[in-house]
Amino acid sequence: MNIAARELTRAGCETIAISGMRAICDPRAALHFPDVGLLVVSDLHLEKGSSFARRGRLLPPYDTAATLARLASVVEDYAPKTIISLGDSFHDGEGAARLPEPFRDSLIGMMKGRDWFWVAGNHDPDAPDDLPGETVQELAVGGLAFRHEPSKGLVEGEVAGHLHPCARIVQRSRSVRRRCFASDGLRLVMPAFGAFTGSLNVLDRAYKGMFRNGAPTAYMIGTSRVYPIAGSLLRPG
Amino acid sequence: MRWFTERGWSPRAHQLDLLATAQQGNSVLLIAPTGAGKTLAGFLPALTDLAMRPKKRPGEAHRGVHTLYISPLKALAVDIERNLGKPVAEIGLPITMETRTGDTPQHKRARQKLSPPEILLTTPEQLALLIASSDAERFFADLRYIVLDELHSLVTSKRGHLLSLGLARLRKFVPDLQAIGLSATVAEPDELRRWLVNQNPAGEMAELITVSGGAKPEISILDSDERVPWSGHSARYAIPDVYEAIRRHRTTLLFVNTRSQAELLFQELWRVNDDNLPIALHHGSLDVGQRRRVEKAMADNVLRAVVATSTLDLGIDWGDVDLVVHVGAPKGASRLAQRIGRANHRMDEPSRAILVPANRFEVLECRAALEANYLGAQDTPPLLDGALDVLAQHVLGCACGAPFRADDLFAEVRGAEPYAALDRQSFDRVVDFVATGGYALRSYERYARIRLTKDGTWRVSNPRIAQQYRLNVGTIIEAPMLNVRYTRAKGKSGAGSAQSLALRGGPVLGKIEEYFVETLSVGDMFIFAGKVLRFEGIRENECYVSTGGGGNVLVPSYAGGKFPLSTYLAEQVRGMLADPARWKALPEQVADWLRMQQLKSILPRREDLLVETFPRGERHYMVVYPFEGRLAHQTLGMLLTRRLERMGARPLGFVATDYSLAIWALSDLGAMFRAKKPSLAELLDEDMLGDDLEAWLADSWLLKRTFRNCAVISGLIEKRFPGQEKNGRQVTVSADLIYDVLRSHEPDHILLQATRADAASGLLDVRRLAEMLSRIHGRIVHKMLDQISPLAVPIMLEIGREPVNGEANDTLLLEAADLIEEAMGSA
Repeated sequence: MNIAARELTRAGCETIAISGMRAICDPRAALHFPDVGLLVVSDLHLEKGSSFARRGRLLPPYDTAATLARLASVVEDYAPKTIISLGDSFHDGEGAARLPEPFRDSLIGMMKGRDWFWVAGNHDPDAPDDLPGETVQELAVGGLAFRHEPSKGLVEGEVAGHLHPCARIVQRSRSVRRRCFASDGLRLVMPAFGAFTGSLNVLDRAYKGMFRNGAPTAYMIGTSRVYPIAGSLLRPG
Repeated sequence: MRWFTERGWSPRAHQLDLLATAQQGNSVLLIAPTGAGKTLAGFLPALTDLAMRPKKRPGEAHRGVHTLYISPLKALAVDIERNLGKPVAEIGLPITMETRTGDTPQHKRARQKLSPPEILLTTPEQLALLIASSDAERFFADLRYIVLDELHSLVTSKRGHLLSLGLARLRKFVPDLQAIGLSATVAEPDELRRWLVNQNPAGEMAELITVSGGAKPEISILDSDERVPWSGHSARYAIPDVYEAIRRHRTTLLFVNTRSQAELLFQELWRVNDDNLPIALHHGSLDVGQRRRVEKAMADNVLRAVVATSTLDLGIDWGDVDLVVHVGAPKGASRLAQRIGRANHRMDEPSRAILVPANRFEVLECRAALEANYLGAQDTPPLLDGALDVLAQHVLGCACGAPFRADDLFAEVRGAEPYAALDRQSFDRVVDFVATGGYALRSYERYARIRLTKDGTWRVSNPRIAQQYRLNVGTIIEAPMLNVRYTRAKGKSGAGSAQSLALRGGPVLGKIEEYFVETLSVGDMFIFAGKVLRFEGIRENECYVSTGGGGNVLVPSYAGGKFPLSTYLAEQVRGMLADPARWKALPEQVADWLRMQQLKSILPRREDLLVETFPRGERHYMVVYPFEGRLAHQTLGMLLTRRLERMGARPLGFVATDYSLAIWALSDLGAMFRAKKPSLAELLDEDMLGDDLEAWLADSWLLKRTFRNCAVISGLIEKRFPGQEKNGRQVTVSADLIYDVLRSHEPDHILLQATRADAASGLLDVRRLAEMLSRIHGRIVHKMLDQISPLAVPIMLEIGREPVNGEANDTLLLEAADLIEEAMGSA
């Protein structure tokens, strides 16, 4: 990549190619395709806090607010034509129904004037209640397939979520674990976007056989930038 | 009483005193050294009362528990059952006595509920569970005595807070319940006396019986011909001398401060153990089975020496120990006294102990501790105010037991000593937290765990809540641990191969902190359970190892077990430094070191703070000598580097020890201080505890770790859940996320307040730092030097050995990312 191209990207972002298509990994856990004006986020898990509260764990009721505020800032910065929420947008099937009014308004505001796709996830297989946007099982844009659960084995041209990838390195005897975009250049697994979402190491069995050369490159999300880390440096656990 | 004497038992004076005091209806605190027959004394009122009580006739109504015995250790409860049960049975007292701990099988617990023993031996957690059951009032209706063993060690922790609330609840059930506290010598006995009785009216105290401490111990500091090292904690230089001491005694107990020191010392002793003496290892991470075997061998007197950490600090009876060796500085005078008390567990013979300082500052510290011991000085830590996360747990527990009125519960809680000063607003916020999470955004009303009903009582909203409570009870949060298990399969070398490991499970050696294992690669060697092991991989919650040997061997560092230097000893060490007349008591090489310091720099007066600055290599150093303990120094280091950064001094890092703090920078720090840009007085002003502290704390991992504990204790997140044993990592991750979200949306939430209060007294030791900063006003002595001073050598040697402090995790990511750039060229 030349220097001029780097200057065009936002601070802290990392530009990559997925099966030849240019994409920008944003440290806010969003993926932008500048050539087609597409923004992708995955695993928002909205209303996870209230989902726990229903079962007696009274987590702070601010996760939806935090998640949506970050989403709004990404949407504002990239002003995309199309947005894909890649599944598990709500933590459970009744999440959309529980969504407080101000948040519903803010979501609808973000949707205005652009195409919005809800990809069905395992937590939210049905279309969200009372919200615009089109619910799909999967969709194809610019030669890439977008679906919630990644396909087994090696594939080319797929962007998926579901696994909540994170990666871990050890440097100077200290361990650092962060959410990450996981890619081998052919396919990509999105980090979870939600404020309360946990994560699973890319070296876990769940990712077995998905990437060329075993481990993917992890685009690890630091405080304000994305760090590309080679698969050979990653540690399990 | 005659009943006992007729059976050939002659009680000691303090045992009779205690009995008489209790028979007048009073609560009482017994302070006595180890070996004074404390436990029997504590049970005497109960045994006497039970012996005189008419036998239960068939068909007579249910009888509840008569006496509760609470101990901090399960093992201690079991030990008491054995040691007390046998004589009681032998003299034919018809008394039923049983233990109830986390290990007690479910059917036995259920049976105990229906037909309770007369004496129940249990732990604070089990008491909390009993109180939270709906038949608690009936179960405790006949309770007369509660015996609290090792009270001095219980009261200083959150466990003590939980227990104090449990005690308050019991007093509600049984207003004339008598508490009998058993304690080692403490600095402030009155604190414990208040602790035992209702603090309404405030200031009430239990009666006090003190047994003065038998024969004075014979303590010496190891006098070695070897050179005492400048720094480090291994005391390797002293191994031949220590081994010789073991050979000359029947049974030696070797105490160290940390588990890693225990592993190292054990290795080193076996390296020189030409006589194959039976020397064993005992620390809290070893497999329970192995620990029990060591304890048994010890009781049977077949061991010549045991290397141990604080797991053996408490009053379990050990065979015939005739020597205690303390390797490393004792960190506190009272702690030393309690450990030495282990030798010759009989009051009338003097204990023999040898202190082995691991480095030169520790020589000073050992000397100070030894002198304090002869003076009988005590430096147990002051008690802290009751924690709010513990209160939240208790409030939910009370609701699980029976509906409560807020006014009544508030009055009851204030009767517990740690909560005597609790204000109503904080109490109400805690109740609100228990009910709906206590958030400003009130969106959880419909999910409330407890509800205020029409009759004015709070009730638990459904039975599932009570089940959750029972699974989360307790205040001990362990660092995430992995089982260490033998395997014959070899992992592939290199990172990331654990998943391909073909696993063949062998025996479990014990548990090890996850964060240590996470820094290992397959093939790394480390010491654990006295063996050199080769790391083979992680699978779920198991760390697989095989027999290792050779190469560069790592020693796990452990989170716990690092006691800070007590304020009292710190003051004594400063006093010793300032007074050359007292150096005569020190080994010549150490006195020499101090004389050199006098010559090349200066030695600060007792109340002064010395700051040395000097250049070295490309860097400029400042070394500060507050002697306030490592935690306070770390906090000071963090705050000072922030300030220096802002003032343009370009600081690079710092290292803290128990005695001093070293900071290095690119700018000439000495010149800056001399030009008063800034002056040292400005730099070290107390105002750093304001905004700087707040700003640093916000992102500090220390605060996140503290928050996680508060969140688990208060019941915000689960410790365990039915059917899904959560491992520590998942809890860690989600607690961190919760912390971030809560802090940015509701920074004044009660749980964040509790977290900050905890951190200030715990990991950060802000209290001590604040006292130090106010003490040194106008007493800072700056010495500009051309080169390193003798006093600065120990901490300068720590640089590179200790990880440089800092929170620059992203820097590590950057380094790793740069490796790629380097390898790939800057394309």
